[in-house]
Amino acid sequence: MSSFWSHLRAFLKEHIRDYAMFLALLFIMGVFAAMSGGDFLSPVNISNLINQTGYLGVLSIGVTLVIVIRHIDLSIGFLSGFLGAVAAILMKFHGFSALSAIFVVLVLGTLAGLLNGSMVAFLGIPAFVATLAGWLAYRGALLLATRGTGTIIINNAAFNAIGNGFIPDIPGLQGFLPGYHKLTLLLGVVGALWIIFSAVRARSRDKARGFDVLPLDVFILELSFVSFFLMFLTVKLAAHRGISWTLVIVLAITLIYHFVTTRTVLGRHIYAVGGNPEAAELSGVSVKKITLIVFASMGLLSALSGILFASRLQSATTTAGQLFELYAIAGAYIGGVSAAGGVGNVVNSLVGAFVMSTLTNGMNLLGVDISLQYIILGVVLAAAVVFDVATRGRGR
Amino acid sequence: MDTPLVEVVNLNKAFSGVQVLFDVNFRVKKNEIHCLVGENGAGKSTLMKILSGVYPAGEYEGEIRIEGRPVVFHSIEDSERAGIAIIYQELSLVPEMTVFENVFLGHELRKGLTVDVAGEIAETERLLSLVKGESISPTSRVKELSVSLQQLVEITKALSRNPRVLILDEPTSALSEEESSNLLKLLLDLKKQGMTIILISHRLREVLQVADSITVLRDGRTVAYFDRSVQDVTEAEIIRHMVGREIKDLYPPRLSVPSEEIGLELRGWSAVHPRTGRYLARDINIKVRKGEVVGLFGLVGAGRTELALSIFGNPYGYIVSGQVLVNGKPTKFASPEDAIRQGVFYLTEDRKERGLILIQTIAQNTTLSNLEGVTSGLVVDDHKELQVTNSFITRLNIKARHAKVRVSTLSGGTQQKVLVARGLFAVPDVLIMDEPTRGIDVGAKYEIYGLIRELAREGKAILLISSELPEILGLSDRIYVMGRGRITGELSAAEATQEKIMALAID
Repeated sequence: MSSFWSHLRAFLKEHIRDYAMFLALLFIMGVFAAMSGGDFLSPVNISNLINQTGYLGVLSIGVTLVIVIRHIDLSIGFLSGFLGAVAAILMKFHGFSALSAIFVVLVLGTLAGLLNGSMVAFLGIPAFVATLAGWLAYRGALLLATRGTGTIIINNAAFNAIGNGFIPDIPGLQGFLPGYHKLTLLLGVVGALWIIFSAVRARSRDKARGFDVLPLDVFILELSFVSFFLMFLTVKLAAHRGISWTLVIVLAITLIYHFVTTRTVLGRHIYAVGGNPEAAELSGVSVKKITLIVFASMGLLSALSGILFASRLQSATTTAGQLFELYAIAGAYIGGVSAAGGVGNVVNSLVGAFVMSTLTNGMNLLGVDISLQYIILGVVLAAAVVFDVATRGRGR
Repeated sequence: MDTPLVEVVNLNKAFSGVQVLFDVNFRVKKNEIHCLVGENGAGKSTLMKILSGVYPAGEYEGEIRIEGRPVVFHSIEDSERAGIAIIYQELSLVPEMTVFENVFLGHELRKGLTVDVAGEIAETERLLSLVKGESISPTSRVKELSVSLQQLVEITKALSRNPRVLILDEPTSALSEEESSNLLKLLLDLKKQGMTIILISHRLREVLQVADSITVLRDGRTVAYFDRSVQDVTEAEIIRHMVGREIKDLYPPRLSVPSEEIGLELRGWSAVHPRTGRYLARDINIKVRKGEVVGLFGLVGAGRTELALSIFGNPYGYIVSGQVLVNGKPTKFASPEDAIRQGVFYLTEDRKERGLILIQTIAQNTTLSNLEGVTSGLVVDDHKELQVTNSFITRLNIKARHAKVRVSTLSGGTQQKVLVARGLFAVPDVLIMDEPTRGIDVGAKYEIYGLIRELAREGKAILLISSELPEILGLSDRIYVMGRGRITGELSAAEATQEKIMALAID
C-alpha cells in the first residue's frame, strides 16, 4: 500500500500538467453539484451541458492546430455565425435541403479558411491582423444577411435535429430498464471497454520496447477513473434521452482530428512546423502548405460550428457567433496548448472547452450575475495559463 | 615602457566546462591601432565580450587593467563608464528609427521631461562630421542607409559615449573594397584625433595597412605579439602563427577513391540578398564527384552557408541565377522539399535554430525528412519508426536512454548525430554538410569523420563546409576556398596546406 502512495505521489509530481485540468473539472462540477442541490447533475442538465459544448468544442479543436503552428484565428466566431445564417437563408428562401445547405456551408467555410491561410502563408500578413479583418468583415456579413428579416427561424426538421435530436434506441426492448436509453448504455460500455483494451495494449507494447510506462497500480487507478467518469456521463445521458446527434458529430470530429494529429504524416508535419518552422522547412516540410491546410480546417470547423449553433437555436440570429472565438481560444489554452508553438492536444482542448461550458452552465444555474460570470471566467483562464507556465519544463 | 591603456593579464574563460581562453595576455597602448587576429573560434570575440562587460566579472579568471589599475566590470554599463565602446559585427541599430534617435538610444539627452530633440540632432551632426559622415542626415531613417553608412552611424553612436577605446569587430566583412578602404582611412583619422582603437579582422592586408601592433590568438591562447614600431612583420608570418598547429591523427584514412561521375555541379551560380542587393555568392563554378569529399573553406561572412541554402531550394528567397546539375542533369529546386525529393540534402550549421525540433523526440526528429519511409497506409507506423531510429542510434553511437527521449535534453554532440541521422534517413545522393562538427567534443567529431568516409565509400557526393582548417585538410579530396562570396581558389588534397588555404581565404 505504501508503494501505491509513493507511486501516486511520483505520478502526480511528474504528470500534474496532464491531469490538472481533469482534477479542476471534477472540483468545479463538485462545487456546482453541492451548491445547486443536485440540479447541476440532473440528467437533463448534463445532456444540455454536453450539447452546449458542441459548437465551442469543434472550434477549440480547430484553433488548437492554428495555435500549434504559432498563429491565431480571430475570425472564427463571426464566420461561424455568418455561415449559420447562410445555411438558414439557403433552406428558408432558396429551397435547399438540409444536406445540400450543409454541404454548401462547409465548402464556403473551407474557402474562407483558405483565404485566411493564403494571407498568412503567401503575403506574410500576421495572422492576428489578417483574421481580425475577417472578424470585422464576417460580422458585417452576418448583419447584412439578417438585415430586413432579423432573426431567421429555421423550419427544417432534419436540420434542427442536429442540435436537438437524439439517436434512436434499440427497438423492441421497451420493457427492459424502462426510463433508460439502452443504445446509449451499450455504447458507453463498449466505449469504456475499448479505452481499457487499447490502453492496456499500448502499455504492454511500450513496456516491451523499454519505454517508461506508468506503474501498474497508478495505471489501474487512471483507467478506473476514466471509465468511471465515462460510465457516469453515460448513465446520466441514458436517463434523459440518450446520446444527441451533436455529441455524435463532436465525437466523430474529435476522433478524426486525434487520429490525424497523432498518427499521420500530416500531423507530424503540423507539430514540426509548430516546434521549429525553420527546421521543418529545411527538413523538407512545406510550411506554406501546412499553414494553408490548418487554416482551411479551421474554416471547415467554423462552418460546422455555425451549423451546430443555428440548428440548436433553430434559427439564425444577428449576434450568432459573438465571442465564440475567444471562448474557443480560452478552451484551447485551458487544455494546455502552448503559444510558443508545437505543443497542444485536440482532446485536451475539447475538455478545455467543456470546462468553459461547465462554468457558464453552472453559474447560470446558480443565478450568478452575468458581470460576475465574466470575471470568474477571466480568473480561471488566467489561473490555467499561470499554472501552465509555472509547471513548464517539468516531467519528461 | 609606457603603461598600456588597456591590459589583460592571464585571462581564463570556460563555457560550461569547455575552456575557450587559456592564460590570454593582451595589451593596447594609448593612441594606437591594435589589431587582434586569429582563425574562427580562436577566442577573439570572447575576449572582446569580456572587455566590454558582456561576460561579467566572476565568469572568468584573470585581471583587466586600465592605465595600470585593475578594474572589475559587472555589466556593459561598467565597461562603458571606463571608456570602452564596442561595435559588433552584426549592426545593432534599430532600422525603423532615425539616425539621431539611434545615436542616443539609451542615453537620451533630456530637457525637463522630454527628449531634447534639437540638442540631439545638433550633437549628431557634430559627431557625424568627425567620422566624415556629413552626407548623412541625422533625421533620415537608418533603414534607408547603405550598410557602409549604417556602419558610420554605428561608429557615431559609439563616439557619442566619449570613449577612450573603440573596439571594432570585423567591421569590413560586409563592405566592398572601396568602402573598406574608406573605413580604414577613417580609423587612421580617429587615431590622429587621439582615439585608441582595437580592430578585430581576418583581412590581413587591411590589418597591415593600419596596425601599430598586432596580437595573434590561436585556440584560445596568445601565440604572438608584434610591435611594428620595433620590428615589422609580414603577412606570411602572421598566417603561420594563426594556423601553426600540428594536425593530429584525428582523421580516419580514405576507404575509397572518388568516381569520375559528377554528383553535384554549379555553373555560374549567383545569389543576391533580396533587400540589401548584396552578392552573397557570385559566379560560383564547382563540381562534387560521387564518392568524393569536397571541402569548402571560408572565413565568417564568406557566404558559404548562404551559397548552400541558395542551392537547397532557396528557402530564404534570395535572388538566384545560374545552373545546378544533379547527376549531370540540369535541374531546379523549388523548395527544400523538392531538393530532398531529388536526392540533395543540406545539414545546417545551426542545429538548434534551424536544425532540430528540440521539443520533439529523437525518433520524431530522425524521420521528419522521410516520413513516407515509415508510413504504412495513412499512418506513421510506430514500430517501423522505432526500428529505423534504433538502427541509427546504434550506427551513429547516439548516447540516449531510448528513442523517445526529447532532443533538448541531449548534449551538443549527440544532437548533432540526431541531425546527421535525419540527413542519412532521407537517403540523399548529394549531402551538403555545413560545419558538421561545430561545438562538439573530440570523440563525437571522430565518429562523424568516420561516417563521412563511409558515406563517400557508398558513393555519395559530399560537400563539406567548414571553417576549421585541419578538418578541411584532413578529410577533403579537393578543396575550394571562398572569400567575399566568390571562389578564390581550388586546391587538390596533395597541394593544399594551411598557409595556402588561409592566404586564399583572406584575399
